[in-house]
Amino acid sequence: MNGTATTDIPKQAPKLKPGRIRTLRGSQTRTAWLLLIPTLLVVVLVALVPLVQTIWYSFTDERLASLQPTHFVGLKNYRFLIRDTAFRDSIWVTVKFSVITVIFEFILGMIVALVVNSSFKGRGPMRAAMLVPWAIPTVISAQMWKWMYSGTYGVFNDLLVNKLHILNHNVAWISQSNTSLAAVAAVDIWKTTPFVALLLLAGLQVIPNDVYEAATVDGANGVQQFFRITLPLLRPAILVALIFRTLDALRVFDVFFVMFSSRASTQTMAIYAQQNLVSFSDVGYGSTISVAIFVIIGIFVVAYVTALRVERT
Amino acid sequence: MSKTLRHRMQRVAFYVLLAIILFYLIFPFYWAIRSSITPNSEMFTTPISYWPHHPTLDFYRQVFSDRLFMRSMLNSTIVAGSVTIISLAIGAFASFALGRFSFSGRTPVLYIILAMTMFPQIAILGSLYTLITRFHLYNTLPSLIITYLLFTLPFTVWVLTTFFQTMPRELEEAAYVDGATPFQVFWKVLLPLAAPGLVTTGLLAFISAWNEFLYALSFIQSPQNRTITLAIFTFNTNTTGGFELPWGKMMAGTVIVTLPLIILTIIFQRRIVQGLTAGAVKG
Repeated sequence: MNGTATTDIPKQAPKLKPGRIRTLRGSQTRTAWLLLIPTLLVVVLVALVPLVQTIWYSFTDERLASLQPTHFVGLKNYRFLIRDTAFRDSIWVTVKFSVITVIFEFILGMIVALVVNSSFKGRGPMRAAMLVPWAIPTVISAQMWKWMYSGTYGVFNDLLVNKLHILNHNVAWISQSNTSLAAVAAVDIWKTTPFVALLLLAGLQVIPNDVYEAATVDGANGVQQFFRITLPLLRPAILVALIFRTLDALRVFDVFFVMFSSRASTQTMAIYAQQNLVSFSDVGYGSTISVAIFVIIGIFVVAYVTALRVERT
Repeated sequence: MSKTLRHRMQRVAFYVLLAIILFYLIFPFYWAIRSSITPNSEMFTTPISYWPHHPTLDFYRQVFSDRLFMRSMLNSTIVAGSVTIISLAIGAFASFALGRFSFSGRTPVLYIILAMTMFPQIAILGSLYTLITRFHLYNTLPSLIITYLLFTLPFTVWVLTTFFQTMPRELEEAAYVDGATPFQVFWKVLLPLAAPGLVTTGLLAFISAWNEFLYALSFIQSPQNRTITLAIFTFNTNTTGGFELPWGKMMAGTVIVTLPLIILTIIFQRRIVQGLTAGAVKG
């Protein structure tokens, strides 16, 4: 604080009387809400109203384009849902997919982030290349991989059988039940690893360099530095990446639908709901499945927000 | 001596790892390009060729003369373009309020917006489906423009808010002292400065609308109203019994659809990374 600043403040302060400040605050609040109206209106119309309506439908036998009146059926749909083995299977498929993809995307994403974070020639083009899988629509990357998985003329079988001699016969990656989940997970991992890497990279770049220098002076090797410095300081970025990916994986639809259509053995929760809603026009039961998905994902969101709060304090 | 050798080995190992990563990221896209210029006579023979001996642009000609496919490109441009413009127009106001004003209720609104960015689209599909049918929007492009706001608008608001928050206070204080109204400050001072943020967010919103599939699949029926993801998907069902899928043409289509996205992404690379991480890390 220098002399002029301290003398300036008392000169200015009396100009604003307490009442004037209050009205200024009031008009600020009014302007702010005015600016928010269009956004809040859209949020209410495309999210809130449909959400409430979906919950209402889940207690009815609503059908689309049906001449029969809709009846309130209480918990009938939910009782059916609990015993529905097809839904249970779809949860199992989705959870297996989520666990596999999140683990692989995290490990590969971490490797890519660490590599790109070090200085080397061509770092710019490398970062650009990382965005290529991310920019390609999921539907399209699924089709690209489907072609690579193709039985006789697919590049995977050719590489593994003829070039690398790892397999001795062609594999029908998509139609075989023991490889289909790995096949679809590989597409998601390819598409999303760069995104995870970018999130982790942003976290890596805010870690100050002198922390590492101090550790090197103290004689810590690279592995020790990674586990003692990088991982703990990267925790917020890791948490955000993991939760974002988990939420995305739990509602997966596109990649499964393009690769397998609605094949029963490889149905995710979202595909099962969509089939009931659109293909079977069973809005009542489809909404029940939707509510279940919403609750499952909601539990993760709450866990995410509380984890972030804990992280901040 | 041994130290420099070890250092050199580490360097080599590093570049090998780098090459593997680069190969992994690029190869599927390379394969799509390769397959789009390989004639069928060469594509469906074994051993398969990794580089076409007789490259051809036939598949590209087929795609460009496919009126339904070109129509779906146009549809996607209309839908993604409208969604982007609406999201930016509405979202800029909201993020101005959230980023530059302190008022009671700001935190709950921010939390609602953040929660919305993670809203599962499938959760309200049934209700949207009945609403769209009731308002006679089924099988129309407006059905998609309206419903896509569900995921583009909250995202736009969230990212733009972080852009507005990082601008220095002095900017608008000077204008307020000169007697400017909040709207004048918004139009004349902050919005021009937020232009880079608007471009980034707009691009991200455009890409997410361009890539959408679930609602398009559920709300669109006739071929002339298909968006591009639907058009690429329906290659699956266009098989004429027993033959291989039209992979060459499909790959030409995927290259045409993704090349503009990839070029845009590379041009705006830095900004996109900023936008993506602003949405996540600073949250």
